Amino acid sequence: MGVSRRDFIKLSGGTVLVASLGVNLDPAKAYAKDLRIKNAKQTTTVCPYCSVGCGILVHAENGKIINTEGDPDHPINEGALCAKGASVWQLANNETRVKKPMYREPGGTAWKEVEWDWALDRIAKLVKESRDKSFKTVSKHKVKEKLADGTEVEVEKDLVVNRTEGIAHVGSAALDNEECYILQKLIRSWGLVYVEHQARI
Amino acid sequence: MTNHWIDLKNSDVILAMGANPASNHPISMKWIMRAREKGAKLICVDPRFSQTAAKADLYAPIRSGTDIAFLGGMISYILTNDLYFKEYIVNYTNAAFLVNPDFKGPSDLDGLFSGYDADKRKYDKTTWTFQMDETGVPIKDLSLSNPNCVFQLLKKQYARYTPEKVSGITGTPLDKLLEVYKLYASTGTPDRAGTECYAMGWTQHTVGTQNVRAMSMIQLLLGNVGIAGGGINALRGESNVQGSTDYGILFHILPGYNPTPNASLVDLATYIEKTSPKTNEPKSVNWWAHRGKYITSYLKAIYGEAATKDNDFGYSWMPKIDVGMNASWLMLFDKMFQGQFDGFFAWGQNPACSGANANKTRTALGKLKWLVNVNLFDNETASFWRGPGVNAKDIQTEVFMLPCCSSMEKEGSITNSGRWGQWRYKAIEPLGESRPDAEIINDLFFKVRELYMKEGGAYPDPVVNLSWEYGEKDSSGKIKHLDPHAIAKEINGYYLEDVYDTKVDPPKLIGKKGDLVPSFVFLQMDGTTSSGNWLYCNSYIMKDGKPVNMMARRGKEDPTGLGLFSNWTWSWPVNRRIIYNRASVDPQGQPWDPKRPLMNWNATKLDAKSGKPGVWEGDVVDGGGGPAGTEKGKLPFIMKPDGVASIFGPGLAEGPFPEHYEALECPLETNSMSKQRINPTIKIFNDQADAFYSCDLRFPYVGTTYRVSEHWQTGVMTRHCSWLLEMQPQNFVEMSVELGKELGIANGETVIVSSGRGEVKAVALVSERFKPFKVENTTVHQVGLPWHYGWQFPEDGSGYDSVNLLTPNVGDANTMIPESKAFMVNVRKA
Repeated sequence: MGVSRRDFIKLSGGTVLVASLGVNLDPAKAYAKDLRIKNAKQTTTVCPYCSVGCGILVHAENGKIINTEGDPDHPINEGALCAKGASVWQLANNETRVKKPMYREPGGTAWKEVEWDWALDRIAKLVKESRDKSFKTVSKHKVKEKLADGTEVEVEKDLVVNRTEGIAHVGSAALDNEECYILQKLIRSWGLVYVEHQARI
Repeated sequence: MTNHWIDLKNSDVILAMGANPASNHPISMKWIMRAREKGAKLICVDPRFSQTAAKADLYAPIRSGTDIAFLGGMISYILTNDLYFKEYIVNYTNAAFLVNPDFKGPSDLDGLFSGYDADKRKYDKTTWTFQMDETGVPIKDLSLSNPNCVFQLLKKQYARYTPEKVSGITGTPLDKLLEVYKLYASTGTPDRAGTECYAMGWTQHTVGTQNVRAMSMIQLLLGNVGIAGGGINALRGESNVQGSTDYGILFHILPGYNPTPNASLVDLATYIEKTSPKTNEPKSVNWWAHRGKYITSYLKAIYGEAATKDNDFGYSWMPKIDVGMNASWLMLFDKMFQGQFDGFFAWGQNPACSGANANKTRTALGKLKWLVNVNLFDNETASFWRGPGVNAKDIQTEVFMLPCCSSMEKEGSITNSGRWGQWRYKAIEPLGESRPDAEIINDLFFKVRELYMKEGGAYPDPVVNLSWEYGEKDSSGKIKHLDPHAIAKEINGYYLEDVYDTKVDPPKLIGKKGDLVPSFVFLQMDGTTSSGNWLYCNSYIMKDGKPVNMMARRGKEDPTGLGLFSNWTWSWPVNRRIIYNRASVDPQGQPWDPKRPLMNWNATKLDAKSGKPGVWEGDVVDGGGGPAGTEKGKLPFIMKPDGVASIFGPGLAEGPFPEHYEALECPLETNSMSKQRINPTIKIFNDQADAFYSCDLRFPYVGTTYRVSEHWQTGVMTRHCSWLLEMQPQNFVEMSVELGKELGIANGETVIVSSGRGEVKAVALVSERFKPFKVENTTVHQVGLPWHYGWQFPEDGSGYDSVNLLTPNVGDANTMIPESKAFMVNVRKA
């Protein structure tokens, strides 16, 4: 009988283990009890790097991630991870993460920390200004029209486009699907058509 | 991927060409190696002896940018030696279709197809059509002998691709070339499966789309599409680049691959009429005929109750592109460079390092009035104003760096390369004041909408009418925290009214108002259903009266042993694990390969719903109806109007069959296949910032880019991880021992690599993994660099800068993906 480390930990919670294996694993049980994840909350995640979609177990205690490891139940990676997946712990425990919004004024030579509300109010104002200024209601197109006698002529016509030409967006293949959906919903409601992301490069 | 990761284990021959899975998708090797344990062979075709090559049974080197020559030679080999799967191509592809007699190909027109306009660099495709019978269905010659049939035209074009000629172009030794052809073509029998893995190694070329097409044609000739262990598998580079593409964060598509409306599609009826393909083929499912249901349900999802029949479901609120307008990446940055944009969002992306010709991108950023960068870390884009050679005081751009949180600090789904939508859970609260991207989007929605409600402004209708019902609201009406489940349910879609099947008398209730729609076959065109993305309709459904998140499932059953794992998370479409799966059976519905049955038609068993005999068993069948050979049966390629796969594909810009052209920057004066040196339909940017140097002594070596296992993309999410940075600390340039000797450069020396657009420092990695190519009797050297580094981190600059400072600003003629895999460089000592 093959026992993965996780099965082992699960099993080690009760006497079932001895019965099912027919051996005494008390010393190992004692070791498992001392594992640093014994009081941790376990959740599952999927690796944020490449597109294989490996499952990862995440152990958190006191609001901090204390362990990540390959999910042995996941049919794709069966508990294995590559160098990046195995390092995912460092994304959450990382001193170089930006922890507060930062702002750099025109001509400025340094970042300064700002409050979320200030930054988002300012961005909302800039979005509106740029949108209002660059909004294009119609665009000239050459279209074919049929005259009363049935002949076809090419005429220039204003066609409705209702778009914002002064704002562009790139990203993001790093967002969750639900976020991608509301993101494209939002920026298209502002009229953006220059909308691109990682799939194009 | 037409198939999925685990399915690699079902292959007999795996071709890794245009990809390096061992380095870039390491866990995929688990399944490739499992196939090998059962006797499968792994072939690696790569300019460099990559980590995948090290595990391969057969390795063949290839000069970057010559894949179509290589694959065209394979097509010729398959046809000449009668190794194709005849029953498959006659029944399931357009091989037997008769083409317009006025059509001419590269063998007639020296590298061009009929209809070329050199001034416009564009084809008139009038002759790229089929001969139709009186019912409007293409005329076929099932014997495949008519000189105008697709099969014969294919033979004619690729007869020029002799092994000797191909070897002369690609630099692949003749014996290796023939070994690859022989081994891969062995999968053309019904009892063998061959699969292909590609990635950016194929797409980042001016002929990228045609690279993929050439291989798709081979897979069809060998009967390898739709079967377990087969398919065309794009190994996508990011954890959710599949999902974010499915969700239409691209200029040309809305969620679910519905085209972005253009100005000529003046109302919803016109949009539906012009974008829904028609067919007279009675056996074609022609799935896109349902477009109207999907676009209407999308409009109902995004505008909610504001979208009514009377206002065309809000269609006029959608922004429209001009007819023929291209707003893709290279065009976007060209417009930015010209100063068109005031504002710019770089959301979870680092264009200052990730796009081709990074110097142009970085200059373009300085022309913005404002820039919003959303990321976990500061990066070269957010900090462009303090980058190398930039005087911050001269840059008038207002810059915001908004910290989002990591994937373990929020909840939601992502879709892997195998189309599995998988749910992730929140483990901890966001670090510091960082926020889930969804919360940032939520705030921006409410703040901008509030301004329009208060002040008015340009066309406020789409802003104020957007539906946004994702959780509990505060006293001002703002949603406090977004509920990802509420969004996922909106994406799946709801019945907005009681929906009846009116074809039966009395009308029968299909769905109850307020319930989640169980699958996209129930979506309606009259506004009675919503679905934010029809492809994901079935991902969140009702079971026993309760909503069930299919993407969170963890069932491990695998009854067929094929590794479909149909109860583990969820796969689009409708949990189908292998698409075009009805091509895995013969026209009577029986598996081509009884040892590897993906599904079969049980002609005697009674269908539970209709009570009539005939049901599909196995994987979720692609489209409805019985097998193609039965009365009222359906053809397998359900997304194609003809119902069959297109060996002759008139949709692409440069021709219905792929033809070899050299990269824009290449070491050869001429293309020995024809007088057309480069793809005749690519867009050439004529700015000084976009300089190109082909056959120029200043840049004598072919350059290419790639990734290493320890880093990811521009390195923002890996350079900041100390373990990973320690393993791969800085930029390197890999070159052959012969080139190192020629340049007097030793392993470990610091060098400068330059192109017509910029230069970058790198450590010389002189290795046996590159060998000089013998091309047209001359020696061609190639070098390669990873593209993970940037000046901003590590802060001491020890990683050096981005290799995209070197890459050219030119794109594929169809997708505009930049040619980052083949360009010309020089290397000198630093």
